[in-house]
Amino acid sequence: MTLSRIAPYLQATPLTAILAAFLVLPIATIVMVSFWDYDSIQIFPAFVFTNYEESLTSPVTWSTYLNTLKYTVIVWAVTLLIGFWVAYYLAFHIRSATMQMVLFLVCTIPFLTSNIIRMISWIPFLGRNGLLNQTLMTMGLIDRPLEFLLFSDFAVVLAMVHLYTLFMVTPIFNTLMRIDRALIEAARDAGANGFQILTNVIIPLAKPGIAIGSIFVVTLVMGDFITVRFMSGGQSASVGLMMANQIALLQYPAAAANAVILLVLVLLLVGAILRIVNIRKEL
Amino acid sequence: MTKAAEIELIEVTKRYGPALAVDAVSLKIPAGTYCCLLGPSGCGKTTTLRMIAGHESVSSGDIRLGPAVVTDLAPAKRGTAMMFQSYALFPHLDIVDNVAFSLKMAGVAKPARRGRAMEMLKLVQMDHLAERRPAQLSGGQQQRVALARALITDPQVLLLDEPLSALDPFLKIKVRQELKKLQLQLGISFIHVTHSQEEAMALSDLVVVMNGGRIEQAAAPREVFNRPSTAFVARFMGDHNVLAGRVSRVAEGNATFEVPGGASFTVPDTEGLEAGAPVEIAVRTDRIRLGDGAAPGCGLTGLVQNIEYHGQKVQVALAAPGVDEFAVQVPETAFFAAPLAIGDAVPLAWTAQDVHLLKPSPAA
Repeated sequence: MTLSRIAPYLQATPLTAILAAFLVLPIATIVMVSFWDYDSIQIFPAFVFTNYEESLTSPVTWSTYLNTLKYTVIVWAVTLLIGFWVAYYLAFHIRSATMQMVLFLVCTIPFLTSNIIRMISWIPFLGRNGLLNQTLMTMGLIDRPLEFLLFSDFAVVLAMVHLYTLFMVTPIFNTLMRIDRALIEAARDAGANGFQILTNVIIPLAKPGIAIGSIFVVTLVMGDFITVRFMSGGQSASVGLMMANQIALLQYPAAAANAVILLVLVLLLVGAILRIVNIRKEL
Repeated sequence: MTKAAEIELIEVTKRYGPALAVDAVSLKIPAGTYCCLLGPSGCGKTTTLRMIAGHESVSSGDIRLGPAVVTDLAPAKRGTAMMFQSYALFPHLDIVDNVAFSLKMAGVAKPARRGRAMEMLKLVQMDHLAERRPAQLSGGQQQRVALARALITDPQVLLLDEPLSALDPFLKIKVRQELKKLQLQLGISFIHVTHSQEEAMALSDLVVVMNGGRIEQAAAPREVFNRPSTAFVARFMGDHNVLAGRVSRVAEGNATFEVPGGASFTVPDTEGLEAGAPVEIAVRTDRIRLGDGAAPGCGLTGLVQNIEYHGQKVQVALAAPGVDEFAVQVPETAFFAAPLAIGDAVPLAWTAQDVHLLKPSPAA
């Protein structure tokens, strides 16, 4: 009897231990360090709010957060558009299941290389004397290189879209595949045209997939620093980059405070997405 | 509330690549008819229904609804409405919005379309659950909602794709009575696809038995049951024994044929028969008597293989040389007055009037 009572707890123990060691403990440490104090050579235990105060009152922090949010909104919108389009094409226009799987695997091919390599590959393509500029100049479409292509917000967004679109395609494709095809016929039988079927049947039923994809993309972009550093050439900032710089300067408590603020912000964004869409039926 | 219209299929054919799913089917369904398309799976009945609905293109031939040829019209422009096999209710909409869907597509304002949807839900006695989602309803309730959704467009013809197949047996009988009542009340044609001959006989004014993409017989249920045109129809409708052989002699007003085992039987009909030709006859299982005294060519002796108690009747399956399957239905009291056991050899007899000559199947 006692065993049957404690058995469920025993079964939950391994996962609890892993989550405690690798999720709860690090976050608790970060929260703790965010209240510590530091000077230019060392950090020391304390309980001060100066890290948060400095972060939240600095205009640099605000503009960095705004810039990160700007990237998030643009990348989210673009990946949603492309992701939905690709998933729709795969789910509704490709008839054979084999072809669907083949094309879906083709979508994952970029993931066979590391994302750093994928990012760096853009540089010879987009650079001042890169492939694109040279081609356009040879064709006579422009007479001097386009400067905005590389080391700009454009380059950052382009690389992020390239990196993260698959995270949108996969969950949306999954929900679209689960839509009963009879529903589409029923809608057509009721006189719906193609656009009405899309807005009244397919998009509402794809909402859980859109929500899951959005959570992936939003959290990835909000936490990104390497893409911003490489593709903006150091000219733009993101929250992640700001933290990386603080860590480089050994300002761990300031970085930890920023991490906590970012975590709260991302959780609020995810919470907002979950408020709008009920994804439970998908999981 | 709706004008009923006649439907006519003219040499309607459906090809999937080289495969022929529906082969030059011609059929006329008068206005206000309850018509069942009956047949085994893969016989083309659902494809035919979907072509009438406009969800499947017609490879060749034409479909006429009333005065209009609707062959190439969009589903919603035909005056037909379809009820899908799995009901295909929209899971993200509540019941009212499901029923009001076609009105929303047509741009009817929200209060008006919801009002009309409530009327339709009252018609199928589902108005009390209007706020529910489809997943919260039972199979029978979903079926009624699907019916209301199909009827809200005021169709001239309602197309039902195996509407009862997802229901349990008791509910099936109840719902089919409601379907028939509704059809009489609305006065429009219902075209109902089913593989159950019992359902087809209970509901239809016109039974269309299909096999291999062709119509074997289209007639009133009583005609189909009593005078099946082919061996396929006789076997599919059940309660018939089919005897097949070759004609050995044609005489004045009757013919004799032999089955492979050597026994010979009489046919009181000579239409299209000549010596040496293949022939098939059907005898209803409840018209066969146990016991001696058979007229020549109207009886055989079988070995009892299986006995099934059906309540009012007892079904006895027998084996006889040259005959595939042979069954006899004996009234319960008569059977238990002189019970049989498996392995008994039983003489069987019928009268010449009970013999029905079958035609060759058009699908063959």
